[in-house]
This record gives sequence, C-alpha cells and structure tokens, in this order.
Amino acid sequence: MTISDDIPVQDIDILIIGGGTAGPMAAVAAKEQNPDASVMLLEKANVKRSGAISMGMDGLNNAVVPGHSTPEDYVKEITIANDGIVLQKGVKVYADRSFEMIQKLDSWGVYFQKDETGEYDMKKVHHLGTYVLPMPEGHNIKKILYRRLRRHRVKVENRYQAIRILKDNEGNACGCIALGTRDADVIVLRAKAVIMCTGAAGRIGLPASGYLYGTYENPSNCGDGHSMAFHVGAELTGLECYQINPLLKDYNGPACAYVTGPLGGYTANAHGDRFIECDYWSGQMMMEFYNELQGGKGPVFLKLDHLAEETIQEIEHVLHTNERPSRGRFHDGRGVNYRQKMVEMHISEIGFCAGHSASGVWINEKGETTIPGLYGAGDMASIPHSYMLGAFVYGQICGENAAQFIEGKEPAELDMAFITSERDRILAPLMRKDGIPPSQFEYKARRLVNDYLQPPKVTKKMDIGLQRLKAMEEDIPHLYARDAHELLRANEAQHIFDCAKMAAVASQYRQESRWGLYHNYVDYPETNNDDWFCHVQLYKTDEGDMACKKRPIDPYVVQLDDAEKNAYQQLRVQAAG
Amino acid sequence: MPTASQISMVPVIVDEEKCIAEKGCRTCIDVCPLDVLWINEESGKAFMKYDECWYCMPCEADCPTDAVTVNIPYLLR
Ligand SMILES: Cc1cc2nc3c(=O)[nH]c(=O)nc-3n(C[C@H](O)[C@H](O)[C@H](O)COP(=O)(O)OP(=O)(O)OC[C@H]3O[C@@H](n4cnc5c(N)ncnc54)[C@H](O)[C@@H]3O)c2cc1C
Ligand code: SF4
Ligand code: SF4
Repeated sequence: MTISDDIPVQDIDILIIGGGTAGPMAAVAAKEQNPDASVMLLEKANVKRSGAISMGMDGLNNAVVPGHSTPEDYVKEITIANDGIVLQKGVKVYADRSFEMIQKLDSWGVYFQKDETGEYDMKKVHHLGTYVLPMPEGHNIKKILYRRLRRHRVKVENRYQAIRILKDNEGNACGCIALGTRDADVIVLRAKAVIMCTGAAGRIGLPASGYLYGTYENPSNCGDGHSMAFHVGAELTGLECYQINPLLKDYNGPACAYVTGPLGGYTANAHGDRFIECDYWSGQMMMEFYNELQGGKGPVFLKLDHLAEETIQEIEHVLHTNERPSRGRFHDGRGVNYRQKMVEMHISEIGFCAGHSASGVWINEKGETTIPGLYGAGDMASIPHSYMLGAFVYGQICGENAAQFIEGKEPAELDMAFITSERDRILAPLMRKDGIPPSQFEYKARRLVNDYLQPPKVTKKMDIGLQRLKAMEEDIPHLYARDAHELLRANEAQHIFDCAKMAAVASQYRQESRWGLYHNYVDYPETNNDDWFCHVQLYKTDEGDMACKKRPIDPYVVQLDDAEKNAYQQLRVQAAG
Repeated sequence: MPTASQISMVPVIVDEEKCIAEKGCRTCIDVCPLDVLWINEESGKAFMKYDECWYCMPCEADCPTDAVTVNIPYLLR
C-alpha cells in the first residue's frame, strides 16, 4: 500500500525499533508469546553487528545469581547506588528474572565463565554484593541472537532510521515514520504496538579528543529514541542524572572496574595510590574521580604494573579481543604496555543512559511508557544501572506485554497530514543547494554542551548554554545534505540537539545536588531530600515546549536501614584524604 | 551559504589487491554500524567514504580476504 505522494506503508503487529541488544530479545519474546503475530525489527545499521555489543561483551555487570546474592540484595544495592531515586518495582522485576535470562542465554550457546565445579564464576565489584560474571569468549553474542531471529522468522529491516512515532486519534502509538539511510526513501510502518530499543543518547557531549565519533557509546545511538519519545508526548525521567564514565584518556574503552578489578587492577592517582574504595561506576565514584583529576594528585591512572605476567596476559586477552578490540592498537601506537607503567585515564563526555546511569524514557515494571502501546527497553528506558542483562530482561518483558496488548486490535487510521509534513521536514536538507553541513551543526551543539552543561553545573552557565542552543533553532531550516548519508546525519543532529536542550532543562529544574558528579549543581551543593526526593519527569507542553514536573517515588518494595543508605557516600579511601 | 570541502585522513584502509568487491562481496559495507564504507565507483573496491568511525572493527573481523585494516583515528592517536 502507498499513501499520498507514494509513501509506502507496511503493516505489522509489533514494531521494534533498534536491533542491538534489547531489540532482538523483544522480537524473540513477542514471537514466543504469539507465534502468529507479525514482528518487525527495524535497525538503523545492520542487526548482525549493531549497537553496544557489536563485537561482543566482556561480561555481565549485574548478574543476580542464587547463592551469591538475592533479588532483594540487588534492589538495595541499586537503590543506594542511585541515591534512593528508583522505581524499585522495576529493579526488582529485573532482579527476579535475571538468573532465568542467564540460563536462557547459556542454553542458546552464550558462554559464561564457570569455575572448576561448573558453577558460574562470580566476581565482586560492587560496593556491597557480588554481581559480575565474566564472559571471556563473549564475542559471539550477536551471532547467537541473529540465529534466534531467523528461527522465529522475525522480519528484519536494516538501514532505516526511525524518526517519528505515529499516534492514532485515541492517543495510542501506531507505528513510525522512517528514513532509508542508503536511498533517502521515507517509509511508514503501521503497527499495533511499538517497542523502542534505540540505546543510549551517546552523542550529546563531545569527547576530549574532539573526534565526533570517539564516544563511549556506539555513535549510532545518538538519542533518536529520546527525541522521538519527547515529540510523541511520552515522559522522560532523570535526564539530569547524566551518564559519565571513567575511561582511558582519548580511548573510549572502559578501564577498570569489571575486567581488571577482580584481577587486582585499580584506579590510582599520580602517586600510584588508590583513592577510591570501590571502582563500581556510580555518580559518587565519578565525583571522587573528578576531584582527583582536578586536584594536585591528578591525573588519574589505571594501575596494572604491579600484577603478575599471566594476569596481565589474561587482561590483555579480554580487553584487546572482545568488546573494544582496537584497544591494543591504541596502546601500541603510544608505546603503552600495562607491565611497565600506569595508563592515563579521563572522564567521558556526558550522555543519557539507563544502562550505566538512570536517565531515559520513563517506563514502569511492565516496560510501558506513558503512551499506550509504546514500550521501551534497554539503555534508552529508565530502569537504572541495567546494563546488558537488563536490556535483555526488559526486551523480553516488553515483547511479552506488547504481544498481549495487540490482541484483538485493528490497524489504526493514519494521520496523513502529519505524515506528509514530516516527510517534507525530514527530506528538506536534501532539497537545498547549500547551507550548514550536519557535522558543523552537530559539533557546535555538542561543544556548547561541553562548555555549559557538563558538571559542575552552574545556573548562569546553563542559562547561557540554553540561550545559545535556542539560537541554533534558526539554523535548522538551513541544514544541508548532499546525499542520503548526510541526510541521516542531518536528522540525527536534530535529535542530538533536542537531547542537549533536554539535558539543560532537566538539570536546571532539580535544584539540589545528587548522584555525585552526575548532578553536581554548584548553586545547590547539598542533597535536599525534603524537596527533591522524587523523580524529575520531562514532558512536552501543549505548546510543544520542554517542561518538568515532580513524580513521587513509589513505595519501596525492599526497605533499607539508615546505615545502608549511606554506603555509597563513603567511597574515598581514608588515607588518601 | 557557500560551502567548502576539507580533506580528512581516514582510519580504515582497504587493500585493493585483496578486496573481492567486484565478485559481489559487500560484507564490510553491510556490517559497519556507522555506514561509512562504500564502493569506490572508479576502482570497484570498498573504501572509507566518511570519516565517522567508531574503530569497532566488525569490518576487519568479517572481511573474508583480510583486506581491511582499522587504525585509530588520527585525532586520538
Ligand atoms: C563500550 C561498552 C562496553 C560495555 N560493557 C558492558 C559489559 O561488559 N557488561 C555489561 O553488562 N554491559 C556493558 N555495556 C552496556 C551494555 O552493552 C548496554 O547496556 C546494552 O547493550 C544496551 O542495549 P540496548 O539494546 O539498549 O542498546 P544497543 O545494543 O546499543 O542497541 C541500540 C540499537 O538501536 C539502533 N538505533 C538507534 N537509533 C535508531 C533509530 N532511530 N532507528 C533504528 N534503529 C536505531 C542502533 O543502531 C543500535 O543497534 C557496555 C556498553 C558499551 C558501550
Ligand atoms: S569485506 Fe573485504 S572483500 Fe568484501 S568488500 Fe569489504 S574489503 Fe572487499
Ligand atoms: S571500525 Fe567500525 S565504524 Fe569503523 S569502518 Fe569498521 S565497522 Fe565501520
């Protein structure tokens, strides 16, 4: 079928946007739940090698394995690490289903490290409990997922960027409009339920190297889902709780906690001294990292030079072959050898990510956003610190629930006027003869983010940042693309731009400091539980503007005692001062 | 608004002797998450068309003839 001006329309039951980690699992779960449903996985890249795990993964960062921890322990750990601002029900559902998911992946052929007795070889990295499970052979995970997609006859549509979610006249999500990244063709996918799995918003800030694509996150994850959610009217949450990670200086590989930590490596200052008790990534840990970086004992280093030769070889095997295999080349280029000296570290650019932090599109424990028929899973949704296993579990939850949601539903009526006007807006940069290249527009927005929105956050600076970003709105009608690829970048740049504004609006709204460095607000240096023990929801007003409101924290399902609440506030090693 | 082109040293190198794109291979182009590898119209071989690389390496790992080398982008070296 085509609609006016030859825009092709495909009908499916369940549309999944993003075929990285959560997306394939959502597709398989939907098919397992309802084998007759037509399920499409739409991917901007190619599901064979897309997303954060394109080359594999070093391990599970948050496995809740019986005998090592209970779901209740895990809920406590994440509640504390996230300064109390969590939807505990959502974390609990993850924790309850975590072990079953590991077993499922294991049965599919994903290899997890086991000890001599055949038990999962768990490692302690978190402050309180034991949750890390190494996957030294983690490079085949995408292949395994792909096999499952084929077995369940999931339709895969590669090289399409979803750009706007469609809504029917009752306010339900009913598909999306997407742009072909090779031919600049605009298509409509009409569906009875939509699951967004578009990953983190990793291209908001600029890496210290200035290279636009040198981000921690896979740069195809540029915040499309966050922007789409905003425009369709879904609430986002915790955007002020940025993602900031400790990385190698100039190289976007994670440095320490999960791989080297259990083997004896640690984060040290210039004197080679340990200054944090626990390398598990949290806002408090990042605050200590930042202080050390800026203080007289900086910069900060990854220290491995005290380890035995075979341990270093083991570390090199994992770090240089799995997740980020170009890492060895980076070190070779600079003549760096873990045996000889410490490796310089730095902090990453800012981003939105629930996988590592708590920022994203609001979902509840069923994976539902605030728009009926629209689900979210993985790094783009709001279940905190969920990492890869959380993406799998919530992908599964969304797939199951969407399969139930569509029962008895008829295809929605499409809003033609909206679709044609969006088509024209999406293609506009290609119609111009000259103008502003997407790369320049993107660079400028991201440079403003670094100058004005990175922590430490200051009201006056954020005011200026927001003003300067708003001035860039006038540049959008001048964006210029010479081919389909540049058009993809032009549309991405507009989503990045939306995310930058959202970062400023949410950060200014929460007038306190929380989560260590993530929301270190200089004008309000204290945590204020009386006024701000709540979620901050960002939403679109009737006029189309960005606004925020408070959402109370749902009653806890796992209670904490007072001593536990402060566990993550005492991360600095006492001797280091 | 006039524009100008700037050159950029790209991180990914394709060995044209080894590349078998003329036999229909498109593996590296297919797997690249950033869609920056294309066919060079003149040589018929794969090449890096846009300097937008995550140095993630599926292109190199999946090439059937070992024609692809991923280097670290100059700005990061
Ligand atoms: C370098 C790195 C190392 C990590 N290490 C670990 C680890 O060791 N252990 C661990 O547990 N976790 C780790 N994580 C976290 C974990 O990988 C992520 O939390 C998880 O993979 C996120 O899954 P996802 O499905 O949300 O996103 P992804 O797997 O990134 O998938 C998102 C997908 O959406 C696609 N997409 C984006 N926008 C659009 C659009 N508009 N239209 C269509 N498709 C779109 C993207 O191309 C991508 O394929 C790491 C992450 C990174 C980046
Ligand atoms: S994968 Fe290798 S052989 Fe195939 S097109 Fe690319 S470079 Fe050429
Ligand atoms: S290293 Fe990654 S981003 Fe760069 S060309 Fe190869 S596949 Fe594409």
